[in-house]
Amino acid sequence: MSVDNFLNFFVVPLLCVSVVLVFVRIVKGPSIVDRVIALDLLITIGIAIITTYSILSRNSTFLDVAMILALIAFLGTVAFAYYLEKREKKK
Amino acid sequence: MNVIIIILLSGIATIFIFLAAIGILRMPDFFLRLSVTVKATTLGIGLMLVAAAMFFGEMATTSKVLSIIFFLVLTAPVAAQMIGRTAYFIGVPLWKGSVLDELKNQYDMKTHELSSGAEDEDKGTGK
Repeated sequence: MSVDNFLNFFVVPLLCVSVVLVFVRIVKGPSIVDRVIALDLLITIGIAIITTYSILSRNSTFLDVAMILALIAFLGTVAFAYYLEKREKKK
Repeated sequence: MNVIIIILLSGIATIFIFLAAIGILRMPDFFLRLSVTVKATTLGIGLMLVAAAMFFGEMATTSKVLSIIFFLVLTAPVAAQMIGRTAYFIGVPLWKGSVLDELKNQYDMKTHELSSGAEDEDKGTGK
């Protein structure tokens, strides 16, 4: 079994199912913090998909995109936390 | 040999990420969802990136991968702590089966300061 076959027939389908499951939580999410962590998880799964794609296409440049996505996920979560807490304090 | 290691690493990583996705869908309240996703995805992404580093086997890719892993391990707990703290303040309900809430009455809800519970003892001894 080659690496390409394994990635194509096991890793990519399972990651795609994970994206769908997390998206269900984004749509359902009872509170806004649920949606924030679901978005964080979605971006993290995006990093995994980009890594898989960079292996499949033999092009390691895509890992730069993964680095930026990790940064954005962290910044987004922290900004959401900061402003949600501020809004609550004002009330 | 290298192929087997790459397949093993990426397979375990995928299973971890998949379990995190199931966990965020099935866990009953916000705090349990938070604890499932952060740990599982940090491990999953780390293993997946190590698999990529082994596949390419170059110095440039490996250093890139190490910097991503370092950044993720550094920031994921911080983000989780901040969003969990916010959720506690805005009153996200705990699961009805939870038996322990150690933060109850420890937060000053006006100033958002945390007390340790030892302040009254200090007053009692006259310090």
